[in-house]
Amino acid sequence: MKVSMDWLNEYLTLDVDPQTLGEKIERTAVEVDQVYKMSDGMSKLVVGETLSVEPHPDSDHLHICQVDVGEDEPLQIVCGAPNVATGQKVIVALPGAWIAGHHKIKKSKMRGVASNGMLCALQEIGFDEKIAPKAYDEGIYILPADSENGSSVFPILGMDDDIVETDLTPNRGDMNSMNGTAWEVGAIYGKTPKMPTFSLNEDGSRKVSDLLQFSVDETLAPTYKMRIVSGVTIQDSPLWLQKRLWEAGMRPINNIVDVTNYIMLTYGQPLHAFDYDKLSSHHIHVRLADEGEHLTTLDGEDRKLRDSDMVIADDKHAIALAGTMGGLDTEIDDNTTTIAIESAIFDPIKIRKTARFFNLHSEASMRFERGVNKDDNQNALDHAAALMAELGQGQTEQGTGVGSDTPVEPAKVSVTLTRINHVLGTQLTTDQVQTIFDHLNFPTDNDGETFNVTVPARRWDIHIEADLFEEVARLYGYDNIPSTLPYGTMTPGALTFKQRIIRDSRRLLEGAGLNQAISYALTTTAKAEQFMMRDSEPTELAFPMSTDHTTARMNLISGLLDDIAYNVARKQKNVALYEQGRVFYREGDAIRPLEVEHIAGAVTGTLTTKTWHAEADTIDFYGIKGIVDLFLHDMGLSEPVHYEATQAHAQMHPGRTADIYVGDQVVGFVGQVHPEVASDYKIPDTYVFELNLQALIDAPHDQQQYEPISKFPDVTRDIAILVDQSVTNADVVALINKRGGAHLADVQLFDVYEGVHLPAGKKSLAYTLTYRDRQSTLVEADVTKAFDKVTAALEKEFDAEIR
Amino acid sequence: MALRERLQELHDRGLADIKKGDSLDRINEIRVQLLGKKGPITQALRGLRDVSAEERPKIGSFANQIRDELTAAIEERNQELKKAAINAKLASETLDVTLPGTPVAQGQPHVIQRIIDQLEDMFLGMGYQVVDGPEVEDDHHNFEMMNLPKDHPARDMQDTFYITPEILMRTHTSPNQARAMEAHDFSKGPLKMISPGRVYRRDTDDATHSHQFHQVEGLVIDKHVTMADLKGTLEMVAANLFGDEFDVRLRPSYFPFTEPSVEADITCFNCMGKGCAVCKNTGWIEVLGAGMVHPNVLKMAGVDSSVYGGFAFGLGPDRFAMLKYGVDDIRNFYLNDTRFLTQFYKRG
Ligand SMILES: [Zn+2]
Repeated sequence: MKVSMDWLNEYLTLDVDPQTLGEKIERTAVEVDQVYKMSDGMSKLVVGETLSVEPHPDSDHLHICQVDVGEDEPLQIVCGAPNVATGQKVIVALPGAWIAGHHKIKKSKMRGVASNGMLCALQEIGFDEKIAPKAYDEGIYILPADSENGSSVFPILGMDDDIVETDLTPNRGDMNSMNGTAWEVGAIYGKTPKMPTFSLNEDGSRKVSDLLQFSVDETLAPTYKMRIVSGVTIQDSPLWLQKRLWEAGMRPINNIVDVTNYIMLTYGQPLHAFDYDKLSSHHIHVRLADEGEHLTTLDGEDRKLRDSDMVIADDKHAIALAGTMGGLDTEIDDNTTTIAIESAIFDPIKIRKTARFFNLHSEASMRFERGVNKDDNQNALDHAAALMAELGQGQTEQGTGVGSDTPVEPAKVSVTLTRINHVLGTQLTTDQVQTIFDHLNFPTDNDGETFNVTVPARRWDIHIEADLFEEVARLYGYDNIPSTLPYGTMTPGALTFKQRIIRDSRRLLEGAGLNQAISYALTTTAKAEQFMMRDSEPTELAFPMSTDHTTARMNLISGLLDDIAYNVARKQKNVALYEQGRVFYREGDAIRPLEVEHIAGAVTGTLTTKTWHAEADTIDFYGIKGIVDLFLHDMGLSEPVHYEATQAHAQMHPGRTADIYVGDQVVGFVGQVHPEVASDYKIPDTYVFELNLQALIDAPHDQQQYEPISKFPDVTRDIAILVDQSVTNADVVALINKRGGAHLADVQLFDVYEGVHLPAGKKSLAYTLTYRDRQSTLVEADVTKAFDKVTAALEKEFDAEIR
Repeated sequence: MALRERLQELHDRGLADIKKGDSLDRINEIRVQLLGKKGPITQALRGLRDVSAEERPKIGSFANQIRDELTAAIEERNQELKKAAINAKLASETLDVTLPGTPVAQGQPHVIQRIIDQLEDMFLGMGYQVVDGPEVEDDHHNFEMMNLPKDHPARDMQDTFYITPEILMRTHTSPNQARAMEAHDFSKGPLKMISPGRVYRRDTDDATHSHQFHQVEGLVIDKHVTMADLKGTLEMVAANLFGDEFDVRLRPSYFPFTEPSVEADITCFNCMGKGCAVCKNTGWIEVLGAGMVHPNVLKMAGVDSSVYGGFAFGLGPDRFAMLKYGVDDIRNFYLNDTRFLTQFYKRG
């Protein structure tokens, strides 16, 4: 709320500069968005009087004005406003003046005629289109006739007033009014605010109870009251009232509507004014709309209502969307004479839903949503009637029409000094706490330990002990609360096994040269369904915000490919990324997906760049497989890892993809992205892997055990064989291991050759076999014997030619 | 010539030859020639039998002395020549040490991960556990157990991606408070936990908004946990992430799941508290929300609020990273431009 310091000073004598007050409010109550004057950034704007207004000889709309600005000589100013006329008090921007939009006024010529300044519309001196009075929409603003020529316009328009703009949290609806703000500021400074007074004279001859009947659903409107002011003249409000409104960011309309808004700003109680004579019956209903019922609201929109929308209605039809917006048919117009003023409290949830549905968030609906002070409901109505009668020269009819008036009991909350200090970690005394409640104007008694607090209705946010802790803490000052750390029973702080593996996984892949990516977990359904490791239904958002993010991912690779595409589009050719995160698998009939930790990598281009000294480390199948090998090795799994060629992944290259097994369980896959898929992503050849990290966490892990280093030297033998292309390395190694004998410790492939020097369909594989005996030195003859067995087996099983 | 003189002469000439010898081969030649079985010294010693019995030991020991001296000289010259050869070889091997080294592939953790890890490490050190929970949550845990019943106005503060009316993408990590409290056995001691993770809001992505971001939730529940403890803990967080020179201040705020609720500000990085455009001239920057756990939240999680209480806080690593490193567009965190990812390796 935009709080005027001038207005606040009518409640409290503060003698504090506005910046300091803003800071104090922020530290004690609610955030302060800004402290400013409407005149900020503007200067040299004075009152002028148009002595003469002549048409410009070379223009059909410009006028040449001689303007008295309190100097010896009048200023000649050319003005294009349609409403400029002789004898007006106007806003003059003198030469050198700064007006809105950081615009400087200079002496100039307009169509050959000297113009020494500018006559200003309110919009030109910073008034928002939405708050400048409608009468001056198309022209310059006319100041009161008694304004002194040459004096600054700022005080006249309230632009020199300091405004403290608060940003209220949902619980502090009480501060959506000047009264509430004054109570709060009073509490901060230990002063009691002076609440507004008025005198209501029920000088009409009729009784409201004869003029209106009510049928009010009390669940919709626990309080519903009306007064009637008759014989009013609709006119502009006095300037003091207009200033109050536009300083608060509201637009002056006419004396009646302005009073409703002024009273709302004062009490936080939204009011609505109906033209009594436009009611088709004098029976007012507060009810839910009929489904499909129509109402044309004040903004001219025809609204089709739902049966959850609350309306005010006469016998025939809805006349207002309760608490949200009035109806056009009963609007106050220039000919209105009899006003029915509504002061009600509506169900905040219904208001909120209606306001949201129709996107009609008004000053009124916002206050109803956040709560209205029941204690001030009648005051606000009475004050409004008094002011309307005064400003419209009308009469207030007798009494108040009451449709409902559900009493609200003040909350009584007890709290002990011990509990306060226990929760806040303070050592406050009874007196200190009592003083805080006194400053809040919460009637409180205490017996030295227990405080019995009666919370006024204006602070409906307070109803439990914890709410009082907050009142005490903030008014005592958070700065004054000591800083300590929790003590008590010691607790171990350690990552779980799963958390440690996840952390280690990241470090491993970073060590292998991959950068950690965090991609969007919400993607398109098409991408969510790529690279999947099992069947799953997609988990889709009911109301996505964009077509790019509609579905929870079921793989990590597609996100990494998006990242690579982003990089490639920016000329980054070498990209190596990994991501650790969850995929979301959903069974057909389940509502909630299963969340599974995965880890995936994607590499395109080279892992290291070519230099003067080293070749680039260009990624290929074996490069990405090497990363997976390293990763799985360091997972320390009990069961062996092996790879099997697969064509089962539609988005993967059918000849360059392997499923990864731990024991007989598939835990992921590795390979090249299918070139057509890569082309869809607009990326070059890319190699990827994805692993079910949860499966690796759950798989049996080896216990670490020291293995003594053999004191006896290893013996090695090399063998090169020529075999059919169809024989795989895995087949050969398996056979060598099977027939290698007790001392075969290791088999390493060191060469693969396929090409022109070999018979068609053949390839050459070369291995180093390492033999080891922990107990004694190996005897050459024994090694040779074992080696010969391997050779024979290879010849027999694979028809291998030993080379 | 007397034997002694002959030996002396062999000695002197030998030493001179050794000194002149300019290669290991030459020195070896000299050694074989002088000290070999057929060499002059061996030959000379054969003449001992012509020497008188009383002279014989003297000459003998003289001859041994000469042989030792020559042997030592040869060894010394060998070392000199070896060293010279090594030096000459090394001199020919000089490199341009300013040429770049061979690159080694090495990746970096994501900047958000760095912040999360740093926070985890700090809280682990203070005896907290790290817990996680589902990213696809139910309305019950995400909202209702956080004291945000249906139709609560504060639900508007968190525009939500619903999947069904009851299932949603979690809007905050706070539901893990409820889950942790439900699971904790308070007879075994206090509950101290943090919970980092991804959260989702129904926002349009721009420089300051992202439909996906991160939170780290913190919660301590025990028989006597105070607002002062919360303040001290938040000061630790600020000092750990940003440094000792930053102050923390608490301001009243509102969250349905805490009462009292506070917002914590820290000294503005940009101006160190003097006031600038970044901090809207306040000298402070808002970094997290916190408060004392609302009794309703405790009750709904089955915790007796008359016995137990505590604090909770929620902070945003994305916001921290933006503040700490001056990242001006939150989308950088999720687009994974390698030029962005590889920047974050420094210690400070
Ligand atoms: Zn600053």
